[in-house]
Amino acid sequence: MKILVPVKRVVDYNVKIRIKSDQSGVEDSNVKMSLNPFDEIAIEEAVRLKEAGKASEIIVVTIGPEKAQDILRTAMAMGADRGVLVSTDLKIDLGGIEPLMVAKCLKALIENEKPDMVIMGKQAIDDDSNQTGQMLSALLGWPQATFASNIEIDNGQANVTREVDGGLETLKVALPAVVTTDLRLNEPRYASLPNIMKAKKKPLDNKQLSDFNIKLTPRLKLVSVEEPPKREGGEIVSNVDELLDKLKNEAKVI
Amino acid sequence: MNVLVIAEHDNKALKPATLNVITAASRFSGNIDILIAGGNCQDVAKEASTIKGINDVICMSDAALEAQLAEPLAEAVIQIQGDKNYNVILAPASTFGKNLLPRISALLDVQQISDVIEIISPSSFKRPVYGGQAIATFESNDEFKVMTVRATAFDKASTEGGQATIEEISFNSPKNFGTAFVGLEVAKTERPELTGAEKVVSGGRALGSKENFKMIEELADKLGAAIGASRAAVDAGYVPNDYQVGQTGKVVAPELYIAIGISGAIQHLAGMKDSKTIVAINKDEEAPIFKIADYGLVGDLFEILPELTKKL
Repeated sequence: MKILVPVKRVVDYNVKIRIKSDQSGVEDSNVKMSLNPFDEIAIEEAVRLKEAGKASEIIVVTIGPEKAQDILRTAMAMGADRGVLVSTDLKIDLGGIEPLMVAKCLKALIENEKPDMVIMGKQAIDDDSNQTGQMLSALLGWPQATFASNIEIDNGQANVTREVDGGLETLKVALPAVVTTDLRLNEPRYASLPNIMKAKKKPLDNKQLSDFNIKLTPRLKLVSVEEPPKREGGEIVSNVDELLDKLKNEAKVI
Repeated sequence: MNVLVIAEHDNKALKPATLNVITAASRFSGNIDILIAGGNCQDVAKEASTIKGINDVICMSDAALEAQLAEPLAEAVIQIQGDKNYNVILAPASTFGKNLLPRISALLDVQQISDVIEIISPSSFKRPVYGGQAIATFESNDEFKVMTVRATAFDKASTEGGQATIEEISFNSPKNFGTAFVGLEVAKTERPELTGAEKVVSGGRALGSKENFKMIEELADKLGAAIGASRAAVDAGYVPNDYQVGQTGKVVAPELYIAIGISGAIQHLAGMKDSKTIVAINKDEEAPIFKIADYGLVGDLFEILPELTKKL
Protein backbone atom coordinates (compact mmCIF):
# COMPACT_ATOMS: atom_id res chain seq x y z
CA MET A 1 0.00 0.00 0.00
CA LYS A 2 1.24 3.40 -1.01
CA ILE A 3 0.51 6.40 1.24
CA LEU A 4 0.74 10.02 0.17
CA VAL A 5 1.18 12.65 2.88
CA PRO A 6 0.72 16.32 1.89
CA VAL A 7 2.49 18.70 4.28
CA LYS A 8 2.84 22.44 4.80
CA ARG A 9 5.63 24.72 6.00
CA VAL A 10 4.25 27.11 8.61
CA VAL A 11 5.42 29.52 11.30
CA ASP A 12 6.57 27.35 14.20
CA TYR A 13 3.97 26.40 16.78
CA ASN A 14 5.86 28.18 19.58
CA VAL A 15 6.36 31.48 17.82
CA LYS A 16 4.24 34.42 18.87
CA ILE A 17 3.43 35.97 15.52
CA ARG A 18 3.95 39.63 14.68
CA ILE A 19 1.51 41.49 12.48
CA LYS A 20 3.07 43.80 9.89
CA SER A 21 2.61 47.46 10.75
CA ASP A 22 0.75 48.13 7.48
CA GLN A 23 -1.67 45.27 8.33
CA SER A 24 -0.81 43.54 5.07
CA GLY A 25 0.00 40.22 6.70
CA VAL A 26 2.11 38.39 9.23
CA GLU A 27 5.86 38.98 9.56
CA ASP A 28 7.72 36.05 8.01
CA SER A 29 11.31 37.25 7.83
CA ASN A 30 13.60 35.87 10.55
CA VAL A 31 10.81 33.71 11.91
CA LYS A 32 11.33 30.05 12.70
CA MET A 33 9.42 27.88 10.23
CA SER A 34 8.46 24.25 10.81
CA LEU A 35 6.41 21.35 9.62
CA ASN A 36 2.74 21.96 10.46
CA PRO A 37 2.11 19.96 13.70
CA PHE A 38 -0.96 18.15 12.35
CA ASP A 39 1.10 17.07 9.30
CA GLU A 40 3.80 15.71 11.59
CA ILE A 41 1.12 13.49 13.12
CA ALA A 42 0.11 12.40 9.59
CA ILE A 43 3.71 11.43 8.75
CA GLU A 44 4.07 9.56 12.03
CA GLU A 45 0.89 7.59 11.32
CA ALA A 46 2.07 6.68 7.82
CA VAL A 47 5.46 5.57 9.19
CA ARG A 48 3.77 3.43 11.84
CA LEU A 49 1.61 1.79 9.15
CA LYS A 50 4.79 1.05 7.22
CA GLU A 51 6.51 -0.36 10.30
CA ALA A 52 3.46 -2.55 10.92
CA GLY A 53 3.80 -3.97 7.41
CA LYS A 54 0.57 -2.33 6.18
CA ALA A 55 2.22 0.25 3.94
CA SER A 56 5.07 -0.17 1.48
CA GLU A 57 5.90 3.37 0.42
CA ILE A 58 5.38 6.86 1.82
CA ILE A 59 5.51 9.90 -0.44
CA VAL A 60 5.54 13.32 1.14
CA VAL A 61 4.44 16.36 -0.89
CA THR A 62 4.51 20.09 -0.28
CA ILE A 63 3.67 23.24 -2.22
CA GLY A 64 5.80 26.25 -1.43
CA PRO A 65 9.09 28.07 -1.89
CA GLU A 66 12.44 26.31 -2.52
CA LYS A 67 13.10 26.53 1.21
CA ALA A 68 10.16 24.23 1.88
CA GLN A 69 12.56 21.38 1.02
CA ASP A 70 13.57 21.49 4.69
CA ILE A 71 10.24 20.12 5.87
CA LEU A 72 10.33 17.39 3.23
CA ARG A 73 13.77 16.37 4.55
CA THR A 74 12.36 16.36 8.09
CA ALA A 75 9.51 14.13 6.92
CA MET A 76 11.99 11.81 5.21
CA ALA A 77 14.11 11.72 8.37
CA MET A 78 10.98 10.59 10.22
CA GLY A 79 10.57 7.76 7.71
CA ALA A 80 8.97 8.98 4.47
CA ASP A 81 10.62 7.38 1.42
CA ARG A 82 10.65 10.23 -1.04
CA GLY A 83 9.53 13.81 -1.45
CA VAL A 84 7.91 16.01 -4.05
CA LEU A 85 8.31 19.79 -3.91
CA VAL A 86 5.84 21.74 -6.01
CA SER A 87 7.60 25.10 -6.26
CA THR A 88 5.86 28.44 -6.31
CA ASP A 89 6.76 32.02 -5.49
CA LEU A 90 3.22 32.76 -4.38
CA LYS A 91 2.56 33.21 -0.68
CA ILE A 92 1.36 30.09 1.06
CA ASP A 93 -0.26 31.57 4.17
CA LEU A 94 -2.84 34.37 3.89
CA GLY A 95 -3.95 35.84 0.57
CA GLY A 96 -1.93 33.47 -1.58
CA ILE A 97 -2.36 29.80 -2.42
CA GLU A 98 -5.79 28.72 -1.21
CA PRO A 99 -7.07 25.32 -0.06
CA LEU A 100 -9.03 24.76 -3.29
CA MET A 101 -5.90 25.33 -5.42
CA VAL A 102 -3.92 22.98 -3.17
CA ALA A 103 -6.63 20.32 -3.47
CA LYS A 104 -6.60 20.62 -7.28
CA CYS A 105 -2.82 20.34 -7.42
CA LEU A 106 -2.85 17.31 -5.09
CA LYS A 107 -5.56 15.70 -7.21
CA ALA A 108 -3.34 15.95 -10.28
CA LEU A 109 -0.37 14.48 -8.38
CA ILE A 110 -2.51 11.68 -7.00
CA GLU A 111 -3.84 10.71 -10.43
CA ASN A 112 -0.22 10.23 -11.39
CA GLU A 113 1.11 8.59 -8.19
CA LYS A 114 -2.01 6.47 -7.52
CA PRO A 115 -1.64 6.10 -3.75
CA ASP A 116 -4.05 3.86 -1.81
CA MET A 117 -4.47 6.39 0.92
CA VAL A 118 -3.87 10.06 1.67
CA ILE A 119 -3.16 10.98 5.29
CA MET A 120 -2.89 14.69 6.04
CA GLY A 121 -3.24 17.21 8.84
CA LYS A 122 -6.78 18.43 9.52
CA GLN A 123 -5.63 22.04 9.31
CA ALA A 124 -2.56 24.21 8.97
CA ILE A 125 -1.88 26.38 12.00
CA ASP A 126 -1.36 29.52 9.90
CA ASP A 127 -4.67 30.10 8.09
CA ASP A 128 -6.60 27.52 10.19
CA SER A 129 -8.91 26.78 7.24
CA ASN A 130 -9.48 23.05 7.83
CA GLN A 131 -10.58 22.48 4.22
CA THR A 132 -7.97 20.87 1.99
CA GLY A 133 -8.50 17.20 2.93
CA GLN A 134 -12.27 17.37 2.52
CA MET A 135 -11.92 19.26 -0.80
CA LEU A 136 -9.41 16.76 -2.12
CA SER A 137 -11.66 13.89 -1.18
CA ALA A 138 -14.61 15.52 -2.98
CA LEU A 139 -12.58 16.24 -6.13
CA LEU A 140 -11.29 12.66 -6.25
CA GLY A 141 -14.71 11.18 -5.40
CA TRP A 142 -13.05 9.26 -2.54
CA PRO A 143 -14.43 8.61 0.93
CA GLN A 144 -13.23 10.93 3.69
CA ALA A 145 -12.59 10.45 7.39
CA THR A 146 -11.62 13.69 9.08
CA PHE A 147 -10.24 14.49 12.56
CA ALA A 148 -8.92 10.97 13.13
CA SER A 149 -7.82 9.80 16.57
CA ASN A 150 -7.35 6.17 15.53
CA ILE A 151 -6.77 4.41 12.19
CA GLU A 152 -6.86 0.67 11.58
CA ILE A 153 -6.27 -0.81 8.15
CA ASP A 154 -7.81 -4.13 7.28
CA ASN A 155 -8.69 -5.79 3.98
CA GLY A 156 -8.66 -2.70 1.80
CA GLN A 157 -10.65 -0.73 4.33
CA ALA A 158 -9.82 1.74 7.05
CA ASN A 159 -11.62 1.87 10.37
CA VAL A 160 -11.26 5.43 11.54
CA THR A 161 -12.25 6.88 14.90
CA ARG A 162 -13.06 10.57 14.60
CA GLU A 163 -13.05 13.27 17.27
CA VAL A 164 -16.42 14.99 16.86
CA ASP A 165 -18.22 17.51 19.07
CA GLY A 166 -20.49 14.87 20.53
CA GLY A 167 -17.78 12.31 21.32
CA LEU A 168 -16.04 9.70 19.18
CA GLU A 169 -17.47 8.54 15.86
CA THR A 170 -16.24 5.46 14.04
CA LEU A 171 -16.43 5.11 10.26
CA LYS A 172 -15.42 2.35 7.90
CA VAL A 173 -14.09 3.74 4.64
CA ALA A 174 -13.16 1.83 1.51
CA LEU A 175 -9.67 2.59 0.20
CA PRO A 176 -8.51 4.69 -1.51
CA ALA A 177 -9.60 7.36 0.94
CA VAL A 178 -8.51 10.66 2.46
CA VAL A 179 -7.96 10.70 6.23
CA THR A 180 -7.17 13.88 8.17
CA THR A 181 -5.44 13.77 11.53
CA ASP A 182 -6.36 15.20 14.91
CA LEU A 183 -4.06 15.81 17.86
CA ARG A 184 -4.50 12.57 19.72
CA LEU A 185 -3.84 10.19 16.84
CA ASN A 186 -0.23 9.69 17.92
CA GLU A 187 2.82 11.41 19.29
CA PRO A 188 5.30 12.09 16.49
CA ARG A 189 8.87 10.86 16.92
CA TYR A 190 11.95 13.00 16.77
CA ALA A 191 14.18 12.17 13.84
CA SER A 192 17.51 10.68 14.94
CA LEU A 193 20.77 12.10 13.65
CA PRO A 194 21.59 9.04 11.50
CA ASN A 195 18.11 9.25 9.99
CA ILE A 196 18.56 12.96 9.30
CA MET A 197 21.78 12.11 7.44
CA LYS A 198 20.08 9.30 5.53
CA ALA A 199 17.18 11.56 4.59
CA LYS A 200 19.57 13.84 2.68
CA LYS A 201 20.11 11.03 0.19
CA LYS A 202 16.44 10.17 -0.33
CA PRO A 203 14.95 11.20 -3.69
CA LEU A 204 13.33 14.63 -3.91
CA ASP A 205 11.46 15.50 -7.06
CA ASN A 206 10.97 19.14 -8.02
CA LYS A 207 7.91 20.32 -9.96
CA GLN A 208 6.56 23.77 -10.78
CA LEU A 209 3.08 24.76 -9.65
CA SER A 210 2.73 26.81 -12.84
CA ASP A 211 3.02 23.58 -14.87
CA PHE A 212 -0.23 22.34 -13.36
CA ASN A 213 -3.31 23.43 -15.21
CA ILE A 214 -4.73 25.37 -12.25
CA LYS A 215 -5.91 28.98 -12.07
CA LEU A 216 -3.71 30.63 -9.49
CA THR A 217 -5.73 33.81 -8.95
CA PRO A 218 -6.92 33.95 -5.33
CA ARG A 219 -10.68 33.94 -4.83
CA LEU A 220 -10.23 35.51 -1.43
CA LYS A 221 -8.49 38.85 -1.45
CA LEU A 222 -6.71 39.58 1.82
CA VAL A 223 -7.79 43.07 2.87
CA SER A 224 -6.09 43.37 6.24
CA VAL A 225 -4.68 41.51 9.21
CA GLU A 226 -5.23 43.00 12.66
CA GLU A 227 -4.55 42.26 16.29
CA PRO A 228 -7.57 40.68 17.95
CA PRO A 229 -9.39 42.97 20.39
CA LYS A 230 -7.35 43.02 23.59
CA ARG A 231 -8.95 41.78 26.74
CA GLU A 232 -7.87 43.67 29.80
CA GLY A 233 -6.93 41.73 32.89
CA GLY A 234 -9.02 42.51 35.94
CA GLU A 235 -8.15 42.25 39.58
CA ILE A 236 -6.66 39.70 41.90
CA VAL A 237 -8.96 38.88 44.78
CA SER A 238 -7.58 37.69 48.09
CA ASN A 239 -9.92 34.86 49.02
CA VAL A 240 -12.98 32.81 48.12
CA ASP A 241 -15.39 35.11 49.97
CA GLU A 242 -14.21 38.13 48.04
CA LEU A 243 -14.46 36.20 44.79
CA LEU A 244 -18.03 35.14 45.52
CA ASP A 245 -18.95 38.67 46.52
CA LYS A 246 -17.60 40.05 43.23
CA LEU A 247 -19.35 37.40 41.17
CA LYS A 248 -22.66 38.08 42.94
CA ASN A 249 -22.65 41.83 43.27
CA GLU A 250 -20.31 43.18 40.62
CA ALA A 251 -20.41 40.76 37.68
CA LYS A 252 -23.87 39.48 38.69
CA VAL A 253 -23.24 36.07 37.16
CA ILE A 254 -24.15 33.84 40.10
CA MET B 1 -30.30 37.39 -2.44
CA ASN B 2 -31.10 33.81 -1.39
CA VAL B 3 -29.39 32.21 1.55
CA LEU B 4 -29.29 28.57 2.65
CA VAL B 5 -28.46 27.50 6.20
CA ILE B 6 -27.52 23.86 6.60
CA ALA B 7 -28.94 22.79 9.95
CA GLU B 8 -27.01 20.68 12.40
CA HIS B 9 -29.26 18.19 14.17
CA ASP B 10 -29.42 14.60 15.35
CA ASN B 11 -32.63 13.65 13.48
CA LYS B 12 -34.60 14.49 16.63
CA ALA B 13 -33.75 18.09 17.48
CA LEU B 14 -31.79 21.03 16.15
CA LYS B 15 -28.36 21.74 17.60
CA PRO B 16 -28.43 25.25 19.11
CA ALA B 17 -25.49 26.50 16.98
CA THR B 18 -27.89 26.43 14.00
CA LEU B 19 -29.73 29.39 15.55
CA ASN B 20 -26.56 31.48 15.70
CA VAL B 21 -25.91 30.69 12.04
CA ILE B 22 -29.40 31.93 11.15
CA THR B 23 -28.54 35.29 12.74
CA ALA B 24 -25.36 35.38 10.66
CA ALA B 25 -27.47 34.52 7.58
CA SER B 26 -29.79 37.47 8.30
CA ARG B 27 -26.85 39.85 7.70
CA PHE B 28 -27.22 39.13 3.97
CA SER B 29 -30.71 40.70 3.91
CA GLY B 30 -32.25 38.04 1.74
CA ASN B 31 -34.61 35.08 1.92
CA ILE B 32 -33.29 32.48 4.34
CA ASP B 33 -34.09 28.82 3.76
CA ILE B 34 -32.96 26.10 6.10
CA LEU B 35 -32.07 22.56 5.05
CA ILE B 36 -32.88 19.68 7.35
CA ALA B 37 -31.21 16.65 5.75
CA GLY B 38 -31.19 13.36 7.60
CA GLY B 39 -33.20 10.22 8.24
CA ASN B 40 -36.74 10.48 9.65
CA CYS B 41 -36.00 14.08 10.46
CA GLN B 42 -39.52 15.52 9.96
CA ASP B 43 -39.75 16.54 13.62
CA VAL B 44 -36.65 18.68 13.21
CA ALA B 45 -38.23 20.31 10.16
CA LYS B 46 -41.32 21.16 12.25
CA GLU B 47 -39.11 22.58 14.98
CA ALA B 48 -37.25 24.71 12.43
CA SER B 49 -40.46 26.08 10.88
CA THR B 50 -41.18 28.32 13.89
CA ILE B 51 -37.73 29.96 13.93
CA LYS B 52 -38.04 33.65 13.31
CA GLY B 53 -36.81 34.82 9.92
CA ILE B 54 -36.98 31.54 8.00
CA ASN B 55 -38.63 31.54 4.58
CA ASP B 56 -38.74 27.84 3.68
CA VAL B 57 -37.73 24.71 5.52
CA ILE B 58 -36.39 22.15 3.09
CA CYS B 59 -36.73 18.68 4.51
CA MET B 60 -34.76 15.90 2.84
CA SER B 61 -35.29 12.63 4.63
CA ASP B 62 -33.56 9.52 3.32
CA ALA B 63 -31.98 6.47 4.93
CA ALA B 64 -28.73 7.34 3.10
CA LEU B 65 -28.58 10.63 5.00
CA GLU B 66 -29.40 9.29 8.45
CA ALA B 67 -25.81 9.13 9.75
CA GLN B 68 -25.15 12.59 8.29
CA LEU B 69 -21.99 11.48 6.53
CA ALA B 70 -20.26 14.19 4.54
CA GLU B 71 -20.29 12.36 1.20
CA PRO B 72 -24.08 11.87 0.72
CA LEU B 73 -24.91 15.14 2.53
CA ALA B 74 -22.70 17.10 0.15
CA GLU B 75 -24.51 15.47 -2.80
CA ALA B 76 -27.84 16.42 -1.21
CA VAL B 77 -26.80 20.06 -0.95
CA ILE B 78 -25.48 20.07 -4.53
CA GLN B 79 -28.84 18.71 -5.71
CA ILE B 80 -30.72 21.47 -3.87
CA GLN B 81 -28.30 24.12 -5.07
CA GLY B 82 -29.00 22.94 -8.63
CA ASP B 83 -32.71 23.70 -8.13
CA LYS B 84 -32.56 26.81 -6.01
CA ASN B 85 -29.34 28.55 -6.92
CA TYR B 86 -28.54 30.09 -3.54
CA ASN B 87 -26.13 33.02 -3.36
CA VAL B 88 -24.84 32.03 0.06
CA ILE B 89 -24.55 28.69 1.88
CA LEU B 90 -23.74 28.66 5.60
CA ALA B 91 -23.21 26.04 8.30
CA PRO B 92 -21.89 26.15 11.84
CA ALA B 93 -18.11 25.89 12.29
CA SER B 94 -18.57 22.77 14.42
CA THR B 95 -17.05 19.40 13.57
CA PHE B 96 -20.25 18.81 11.56
CA GLY B 97 -19.86 21.93 9.44
CA LYS B 98 -16.09 21.67 9.15
CA ASN B 99 -16.41 18.12 7.89
CA LEU B 100 -19.12 18.87 5.36
CA LEU B 101 -18.74 22.34 3.90
CA PRO B 102 -15.34 22.09 2.18
CA ARG B 103 -16.74 19.14 0.23
CA ILE B 104 -19.63 21.25 -0.98
CA SER B 105 -17.28 24.14 -1.80
CA ALA B 106 -15.01 21.94 -3.88
CA LEU B 107 -17.96 20.46 -5.80
CA LEU B 108 -19.26 23.98 -6.51
CA ASP B 109 -15.74 25.23 -7.29
CA VAL B 110 -15.93 27.87 -4.57
CA GLN B 111 -13.21 28.86 -2.12
CA GLN B 112 -14.88 28.49 1.27
CA ILE B 113 -14.42 30.99 4.08
CA SER B 114 -13.94 29.21 7.41
CA ASP B 115 -14.95 30.29 10.89
CA VAL B 116 -16.50 33.66 10.02
CA ILE B 117 -16.88 35.98 13.03
CA GLU B 118 -18.16 39.08 11.25
CA ILE B 119 -20.03 39.74 8.02
CA ILE B 120 -18.98 43.25 6.97
CA SER B 121 -20.77 43.19 3.61
CA PRO B 122 -22.17 40.39 1.42
CA SER B 123 -18.66 39.76 0.09
CA SER B 124 -16.43 40.86 2.96
CA PHE B 125 -15.75 38.82 6.10
CA LYS B 126 -13.59 38.62 9.19
CA ARG B 127 -12.13 35.42 10.53
CA PRO B 128 -9.52 34.48 13.12
CA VAL B 129 -6.20 33.09 11.87
CA TYR B 130 -3.00 31.85 13.51
CA GLY B 131 -4.94 30.27 16.36
CA GLY B 132 -6.75 33.50 17.16
CA GLN B 133 -3.53 35.54 17.32
CA ALA B 134 -4.79 37.69 14.43
CA ILE B 135 -8.06 38.61 12.72
CA ALA B 136 -8.00 38.66 8.92
CA THR B 137 -10.46 40.45 6.65
CA PHE B 138 -11.10 38.80 3.28
CA GLU B 139 -13.07 39.83 0.24
CA SER B 140 -14.51 36.94 -1.72
CA ASN B 141 -14.89 37.28 -5.47
CA ASP B 142 -16.62 33.92 -5.90
CA GLU B 143 -20.04 33.93 -7.50
CA PHE B 144 -21.51 32.02 -4.53
CA LYS B 145 -20.28 32.31 -0.97
CA VAL B 146 -19.83 29.19 1.11
CA MET B 147 -18.86 29.66 4.75
CA THR B 148 -18.74 28.15 8.19
CA VAL B 149 -19.77 30.48 10.99
CA ARG B 150 -18.34 30.67 14.50
CA ALA B 151 -21.51 30.37 16.59
CA THR B 152 -20.23 32.35 19.58
CA ALA B 153 -19.78 35.45 17.42
CA PHE B 154 -23.53 35.76 16.67
CA ASP B 155 -26.65 35.79 18.86
CA LYS B 156 -29.21 33.03 18.62
CA ALA B 157 -32.27 33.58 16.41
CA SER B 158 -35.59 33.32 18.23
CA THR B 159 -37.25 29.90 18.03
CA GLU B 160 -40.69 31.51 18.05
CA GLY B 161 -42.72 33.67 15.73
CA GLY B 162 -41.80 32.03 12.44
CA GLN B 163 -44.28 30.35 10.11
CA ALA B 164 -42.10 28.80 7.45
CA THR B 165 -43.53 26.34 4.96
CA ILE B 166 -41.98 22.89 4.93
CA GLU B 167 -41.02 21.64 1.50
CA GLU B 168 -40.18 17.94 1.24
CA ILE B 169 -37.64 17.09 -1.43
CA SER B 170 -36.43 13.56 -2.13
CA PHE B 171 -32.76 12.72 -2.39
CA ASN B 172 -31.72 11.81 -5.94
CA SER B 173 -28.44 10.02 -5.43
CA PRO B 174 -28.50 7.58 -2.53
CA LYS B 175 -25.62 5.58 -4.05
CA ASN B 176 -22.80 3.96 -2.12
CA PHE B 177 -20.05 6.46 -1.38
CA GLY B 178 -17.67 3.94 0.19
CA THR B 179 -18.18 5.24 3.71
CA ALA B 180 -20.15 3.40 6.38
CA PHE B 181 -21.14 4.62 9.82
CA VAL B 182 -20.03 2.17 12.51
CA GLY B 183 -20.91 3.91 15.75
CA LEU B 184 -20.90 7.00 17.92
CA GLU B 185 -19.59 6.88 21.45
CA VAL B 186 -21.35 9.68 23.28
CA ALA B 187 -20.31 10.81 26.71
CA LYS B 188 -23.63 10.77 28.59
CA THR B 189 -24.19 13.78 30.77
CA GLU B 190 -27.02 15.62 32.48
CA ARG B 191 -25.02 18.83 32.34
CA PRO B 192 -25.57 21.58 29.77
CA GLU B 193 -23.86 21.23 26.42
CA LEU B 194 -20.42 22.85 26.51
CA THR B 195 -20.70 25.10 23.45
CA GLY B 196 -24.09 26.56 24.41
CA ALA B 197 -23.72 26.68 28.21
CA GLU B 198 -24.15 29.91 30.18
CA LYS B 199 -21.55 28.83 32.70
CA VAL B 200 -18.46 26.71 32.16
CA VAL B 201 -16.03 25.33 34.71
CA SER B 202 -12.78 24.14 33.14
CA GLY B 203 -9.95 22.17 34.67
CA GLY B 204 -6.33 21.83 33.64
CA ARG B 205 -3.37 19.58 34.16
CA ALA B 206 -2.89 20.89 37.72
CA LEU B 207 -5.83 18.74 38.82
CA GLY B 208 -3.34 15.90 38.64
CA SER B 209 -5.67 12.94 38.09
CA LYS B 210 -9.01 11.74 36.82
CA GLU B 211 -10.17 11.31 40.42
CA ASN B 212 -9.26 14.87 41.35
CA PHE B 213 -11.15 16.12 38.29
CA LYS B 214 -14.34 15.11 40.14
CA MET B 215 -13.83 18.28 42.20
CA ILE B 216 -14.45 20.23 38.99
CA GLU B 217 -17.63 18.24 38.44
CA GLU B 218 -18.90 19.04 41.93
CA LEU B 219 -18.37 22.76 41.43
CA ALA B 220 -19.96 22.61 37.97
CA ASP B 221 -23.03 20.81 39.33
CA LYS B 222 -23.45 23.36 42.09
CA LEU B 223 -23.41 26.13 39.47
CA GLY B 224 -25.40 24.26 36.81
CA ALA B 225 -22.38 24.66 34.56
CA ALA B 226 -20.91 22.64 31.72
CA ILE B 227 -17.44 21.16 32.11
CA GLY B 228 -14.48 22.04 29.96
CA ALA B 229 -10.81 21.17 30.02
CA SER B 230 -7.47 22.27 28.67
CA ARG B 231 -5.72 20.19 26.05
CA ALA B 232 -3.21 19.06 28.69
CA ALA B 233 -6.00 17.66 30.86
CA VAL B 234 -7.51 15.81 27.90
CA ASP B 235 -4.12 14.48 26.77
CA ALA B 236 -3.47 13.27 30.32
CA GLY B 237 -6.72 11.27 30.14
CA TYR B 238 -8.59 13.09 32.93
CA VAL B 239 -11.59 13.74 30.65
CA PRO B 240 -12.76 12.75 27.14
CA ASN B 241 -11.77 14.68 24.01
CA ASP B 242 -15.10 16.46 23.63
CA TYR B 243 -14.39 18.49 26.80
CA GLN B 244 -11.47 20.31 25.19
CA VAL B 245 -11.73 24.08 24.94
CA GLY B 246 -9.31 25.82 22.61
CA GLN B 247 -8.10 26.45 19.13
CA THR B 248 -8.55 22.87 18.00
CA GLY B 249 -11.26 21.97 20.50
CA LYS B 250 -14.45 23.88 21.19
CA VAL B 251 -14.88 27.61 21.16
CA VAL B 252 -17.07 28.83 24.00
CA ALA B 253 -18.28 32.24 25.13
CA PRO B 254 -20.40 31.76 28.26
CA GLU B 255 -21.51 34.41 30.76
CA LEU B 256 -19.13 32.90 33.31
CA TYR B 257 -15.96 30.91 32.61
CA ILE B 258 -14.00 29.56 35.57
CA ALA B 259 -10.52 28.27 34.67
CA ILE B 260 -9.00 26.13 37.39
CA GLY B 261 -5.40 24.98 37.26
CA ILE B 262 -5.12 26.18 33.67
CA SER B 263 -2.06 28.28 32.88
CA GLY B 264 -3.58 29.82 29.75
CA ALA B 265 -1.67 28.71 26.69
CA ILE B 266 -2.54 30.78 23.59
CA GLN B 267 -4.31 27.73 22.17
CA HIS B 268 -6.62 27.56 25.19
CA LEU B 269 -7.26 31.30 25.31
CA ALA B 270 -8.33 31.20 21.65
CA GLY B 271 -11.26 29.02 22.72
CA MET B 272 -12.59 31.05 25.65
CA LYS B 273 -11.41 34.64 25.63
CA ASP B 274 -14.77 35.95 24.40
CA SER B 275 -16.46 34.75 27.60
CA LYS B 276 -18.20 37.57 29.44
CA THR B 277 -16.73 37.07 32.90
CA ILE B 278 -13.55 35.04 33.34
CA VAL B 279 -12.35 33.72 36.69
CA ALA B 280 -8.91 32.16 37.04
CA ILE B 281 -7.71 30.08 39.93
CA ASN B 282 -4.05 29.10 39.77
CA LYS B 283 -1.15 28.76 42.15
CA ASP B 284 1.28 30.48 39.76
CA GLU B 285 0.63 34.20 39.91
CA GLU B 286 2.60 34.65 36.66
CA ALA B 287 0.24 32.36 34.70
CA PRO B 288 -0.91 34.06 31.47
CA ILE B 289 -4.54 33.26 32.29
CA PHE B 290 -4.48 36.08 34.90
CA LYS B 291 -3.76 38.61 32.14
CA ILE B 292 -7.21 38.10 30.65
CA ALA B 293 -9.20 37.10 33.76
CA ASP B 294 -11.65 39.54 35.32
CA TYR B 295 -11.08 37.97 38.71
CA GLY B 296 -7.99 36.04 39.67
CA LEU B 297 -7.38 34.04 42.80
CA VAL B 298 -3.84 32.87 43.46
CA GLY B 299 -3.55 29.77 45.58
CA ASP B 300 -3.77 26.03 45.94
CA LEU B 301 -6.76 24.75 43.99
CA PHE B 302 -7.07 21.76 46.32
CA GLU B 303 -7.94 24.18 49.12
CA ILE B 304 -9.84 26.78 47.12
CA LEU B 305 -12.02 24.43 45.10
CA PRO B 306 -13.74 22.64 48.02
CA GLU B 307 -14.25 25.93 49.82
CA LEU B 308 -15.77 27.52 46.73
CA THR B 309 -18.11 24.58 46.15
CA LYS B 310 -19.17 24.60 49.78
CA LYS B 311 -19.86 28.32 49.99
CA LEU B 312 -21.90 28.55 46.80
